[in-house]
Amino acid sequence: MNGMDQTVSTPRPTAFKLIKAIGDRATSSPNAGHGSGGRRNLFLLALLVAALSWSWGPAEISRWTYLFTDSGNMAEYAAGFLRPDFSDWRHYLEEMLVTIQIALWGTFLAVVLSVPFGILSAHNMAPWWVLQPVRRLMDLFRAIHEVVFAVLFVVSVGLGPFAGVMALFIHTTGILAKLFSEAVEAIDPRPVEAIRTTGASRVQQVIYGVIPQVLPLWISYSLYRLESNVRSATVLGIIGAGGIGQVLFESIRAFYYPEASAILIIVVITVTIMDLISQLLRRLVI
Amino acid sequence: MTAISVSSLSKRYGKTRALDNVSIEVQRGEMVALIGASGSGKSTLIRHIAGLEVGDGEAGKVVVLGEVSQTAGRLVRGRPAGRVAVIFQQFNLVGRLSVLTNVLIGHLGRVPRWRGTLGLFSRSEREKAATALARVGIPSVAAQRSSTLSGGQQQRAAIARTLVQEAEILIADEPISALDPSSARRVMDVLANINSQDSITILVSLHQIEYARRYCKRTIAMRDGRVVYDGPSTSLSNSFLAELYGDASEELVLPKSPAEPLPARLVRSSCLKPVHVLA
Repeated sequence: MNGMDQTVSTPRPTAFKLIKAIGDRATSSPNAGHGSGGRRNLFLLALLVAALSWSWGPAEISRWTYLFTDSGNMAEYAAGFLRPDFSDWRHYLEEMLVTIQIALWGTFLAVVLSVPFGILSAHNMAPWWVLQPVRRLMDLFRAIHEVVFAVLFVVSVGLGPFAGVMALFIHTTGILAKLFSEAVEAIDPRPVEAIRTTGASRVQQVIYGVIPQVLPLWISYSLYRLESNVRSATVLGIIGAGGIGQVLFESIRAFYYPEASAILIIVVITVTIMDLISQLLRRLVI
Repeated sequence: MTAISVSSLSKRYGKTRALDNVSIEVQRGEMVALIGASGSGKSTLIRHIAGLEVGDGEAGKVVVLGEVSQTAGRLVRGRPAGRVAVIFQQFNLVGRLSVLTNVLIGHLGRVPRWRGTLGLFSRSEREKAATALARVGIPSVAAQRSSTLSGGQQQRAAIARTLVQEAEILIADEPISALDPSSARRVMDVLANINSQDSITILVSLHQIEYARRYCKRTIAMRDGRVVYDGPSTSLSNSFLAELYGDASEELVLPKSPAEPLPARLVRSSCLKPVHVLA
């Protein structure tokens, strides 16, 4: 145990120094890549190998042999899923719909809030004393996982779908505001300048000059988050936020594998349908 | 009456002096050309008059229609917005909005804030925008996305936007240098028409002296951030330009076309295949 700790802790500072060195090189000499491309690639490769071997022990990669020696256990477990039992499909579909509804509301609220937060955390739109606090708040929203937020909200608003909506809402706001602001930072500033010379207000400059430029990307990001939130909402069900996840977890815990299998199939089909719909919407809007 | 008055304006970008103690005056109703080689400070001067940049130092001052727009390196608060309309080299329309919406944007400084913000333009405002498009010669493209227009059409849509803005001064930053010759002439014709019909004061920066001689009575020439000539355009002969700019004067004059077209012939180049030049 002691020996392992040492191997874990010693390479850490070197790895950080290396990363810093790369950063310095990249910023100080942008043309360095031309002459020493081969050496740099070798260096990056060595860095990757170092990082992977550093993580080998803690991630217990050495247990990979169990995949083969104990594969019988897995097969036995999976066998339970081979005969899906759809006898209760009406109930599953209802719960699946609840999950989609949770994702829909969570995403919608996040999109609404991400518009102002995204603009206020773009460096070409807001002064630093607005930008920094907003960005840090978004970091906080993003850093904490939906499941953690869900546990918090279950305490305050009780078990059920609304806790799931709130959890998705907060976490997705953190993600979308960042993506939205990156789109805003990449706009062409010249049309905005032209609008400013007509005597338009700041808000009008954003509405006529910025939003039309970023709208396709914003819609794309929002639809993608809606898809991922359907998946996340399934997981949230497991900790008591309602929907199909709750039913799934209950049947797994009770060893009703055929039912669990049917539920999983419904989830996979739903996510696929969501993907198709969002592709269609994207093509319609953009 | 003075439309634009710039006095002792200086601006540095790092080590380069973009504007060096520039003073100019433009009277109401004039159409003045601003010429100079690349990097001579034309665009910088125009951006200062438009209120998009502020100068350095205490002395610099820009007065528009009798009201101070910037002084001592600061824009004046509560300055009348939208009184100077601007046209840009790259047109600067919002590509994904319709041409009509782009022209309607010209109303933003004049209609009540809430109405402009919500995009609730009245019927008469829409009609005015359509009229402006007809005036610049592109009435049929109103519903198209502006990114689908050619460069010359985009520049004329940008001029329509300034017409709707009803500014008394129009400044144009190299409006024709991204256009082909026939589009360039059409844009300059529209500008000259606005100047004579609506008596709107126009300051237009140009890269080529021919256009200045043809469209503007007066020319201001800049070099290295300084005004080096201010007077009648006709006095600016090519030899005088060569005196002012040295070798850089070549880029200010259109290359002369040969007096007679070259006879068509088969050209044998060093390429593998012979190239046929069709007359």
